[in-house]
Amino acid sequence: MASASAEPVASTSLPLRIEGLIKRFGELTAVDGISLDLNRGECMGLLGPNGAGKSTLIRSIVGRVIPDTGKVTVFGESADSAGARMTLGWVPQELALYPRLSCRENLESFGLYHGLRGQALKTAVGWCLEWAALKDRANERVKSLSGGMKRRLNMAAGLIHHPKLVLMDEPTVGVDPQSRLRIFEMIEKLHGEGMSIIYTTHYMEEAERLCDRIAIIDHGRIIAVGSKDELVHRTFGSRSQVLARFENPGDGVAAWVKQRGGVYDGGTAQFTIEHASEIAGLLDATAGAGYELADVSLRKPNLESVFLQLTGRELRD
Amino acid sequence: MILSIVRTGLIALRRDRGALALSFILPIAFFSIFAVIFGGRRDTTPRIDILAVDEDHSKTSERLMQGLQSEGSLSVRLRPAPKQGVEQPEYTAETAGAAVKAGEAPVALIIPRGFGENGMSFGGGEKQAAIRLLKDSSDMIAPQVVAGLLQKVAITSMPDVMAALGSKYMDRYAGGFTPEQRKRMDSSLEQLRRQPAAGAGGGSSGGMLIAVDARDVVGENKHNPMVSFYAAAIGVMFLLFTASGASGSLLDEAESGTLDRVLSSRVTMGKLLAGKMLYSGLLAFSQLVLMFVWAWLVFKLDFVPHLLGFAVMGLSTAFAVGAFGMLLASLCQTRAQLGPLSTLVILIMSSVGGSMFPRFLMPHAMQQAGLLTINAWAIDGFTKVFWRDEPVSHLWPQVVVLLAVGVVLFAVARRMARRWEFT
Repeated sequence: MASASAEPVASTSLPLRIEGLIKRFGELTAVDGISLDLNRGECMGLLGPNGAGKSTLIRSIVGRVIPDTGKVTVFGESADSAGARMTLGWVPQELALYPRLSCRENLESFGLYHGLRGQALKTAVGWCLEWAALKDRANERVKSLSGGMKRRLNMAAGLIHHPKLVLMDEPTVGVDPQSRLRIFEMIEKLHGEGMSIIYTTHYMEEAERLCDRIAIIDHGRIIAVGSKDELVHRTFGSRSQVLARFENPGDGVAAWVKQRGGVYDGGTAQFTIEHASEIAGLLDATAGAGYELADVSLRKPNLESVFLQLTGRELRD
Repeated sequence: MILSIVRTGLIALRRDRGALALSFILPIAFFSIFAVIFGGRRDTTPRIDILAVDEDHSKTSERLMQGLQSEGSLSVRLRPAPKQGVEQPEYTAETAGAAVKAGEAPVALIIPRGFGENGMSFGGGEKQAAIRLLKDSSDMIAPQVVAGLLQKVAITSMPDVMAALGSKYMDRYAGGFTPEQRKRMDSSLEQLRRQPAAGAGGGSSGGMLIAVDARDVVGENKHNPMVSFYAAAIGVMFLLFTASGASGSLLDEAESGTLDRVLSSRVTMGKLLAGKMLYSGLLAFSQLVLMFVWAWLVFKLDFVPHLLGFAVMGLSTAFAVGAFGMLLASLCQTRAQLGPLSTLVILIMSSVGGSMFPRFLMPHAMQQAGLLTINAWAIDGFTKVFWRDEPVSHLWPQVVVLLAVGVVLFAVARRMARRWEFT
């Protein structure tokens, strides 16, 4: 990638350090005491449902939201400093582009806003078009691009100044599966080149695929941080999950599942078992309670299970 | 079913404040402005400013001057306003002409020497001393009104002179009066002389009792008197629309999230607003250039000799207009709000400020109110350049006001834009 005008950064500083961040909007506490460190070259996922506080956290890092308390430093510098701005790239959730300008003109504009000029700008624009696979669409207006292309250009515009840390706020919202795969490849390329990334999503599979570590965020708090395996192991140990769906579940089924130590959500009960032999006892208890099972399956716990286990609700609620 | 559609429309209208304002406030505002200008309200009836010079200093000229001064529709000035408390000398024909050229009044009236002797005549034929009207041809109404009123004042204010003139004609063409008739005639004339000069309320003037020699001192060589006025007047109005539309991009960007992205770069809000204002201003200036070049090519406006004055006024106006656009955008939450608000404000400013009809047609109070608008200052400046052929140095009041307005509006817009800076 082209070396643009990013300021030199302290080699020993972490790409991102968040300490005791709180942000309230009136009665609502959007971010409630979050502390987090991002290591160099690491891709960290912020996984949480809509309204969990992910975007407010990202906007605090990028200096667009002033926290009530707490501190955010980017490579050792305050997040709202000019130095931090040059090392930080931001891909907002919205398509923050000029619709009447072409792809190239958009990238040139944002490059100029970041202080790029001449050959550095030209090289950066070329790299971004290549990275986003938009080279053959460079002169097309944004209005005429497909949803996936717009998303890719939106990402490229956040990287035009060659940041050391990039914040991606749900970059795959509203794109088709094929475009999503291409976006994954783009992010993996960046990650492979050693860029530090914060990636927010409410899609578990995205976090699992792209992120070294995942911070599960809910109601403005980080409720768990670690790699996928660490989170699962910390939450479930060596246990497995039994998923059960009932025929005509009555009102009392949720209470009954809870009484048995399970979680009932979205018509499905989840139970945690240590050994497969426990399934038989579970089936007997179900029949004894008068419930008829539609199907039963055994699976290894995943991030979705972790989230459900920790919060009592589905990730996409 | 039809009523359901009406109901839906009413609900939507009730929640669209901009549409409500355009539907109900704008028509009332416009009606009121036009009613004040053309409705003939007694307390605001426009008086025509004239500068009067009496070179004759005869009894007749003094009576005529008194008559003019007591005429309700005229505001007669004999000398310029005091400067730094020092009374200024009375106008001469030369200084009055210069004052008309400078736009201080639309007409100067000069009573020449010999007017007392030979100033009035029934039907002409004699060598009359004609009253000179030095006029500004951009005001097509005032000189004609003054010429008409002159005839009226001659009849209503100087009945003795009229009677004496009749007596003179009697002597000349009918052999004169008998001594008894002459005695009674002189007694009546003396009575007439003792009567105070009459003002408004007399009859119409009839023929040209007083010869008038009207001459343009401004615009005498202009091809089309009103082209320069309307190029400026219409131009400024559309500049305001252009600038408000251009600055609306700020609202588009705020809505789309692009503004956040821009502000997360090296661009600060101050720089962003300055850039947007420069863009709006340049767009406005280009529009003015196009309009004046068109007026030059098609309507023979004297554009080339006035390039410097045009550039000074154009850039000052564009600066003020650009800042005005930024202020409007910073006051609104959405582009949908900006449309009705800018239409409302710009149309009112344009009507009061002289973009729709010349300010000299308006009542005095309305003319003063017009000075609160960008339109009035810009039009006055362009009129000085293209109509009065004044040097660029004379543009300083307009330039200072427009630049000051621009700075103030930009400062307010910057303050309002703080809401976009941080959450």
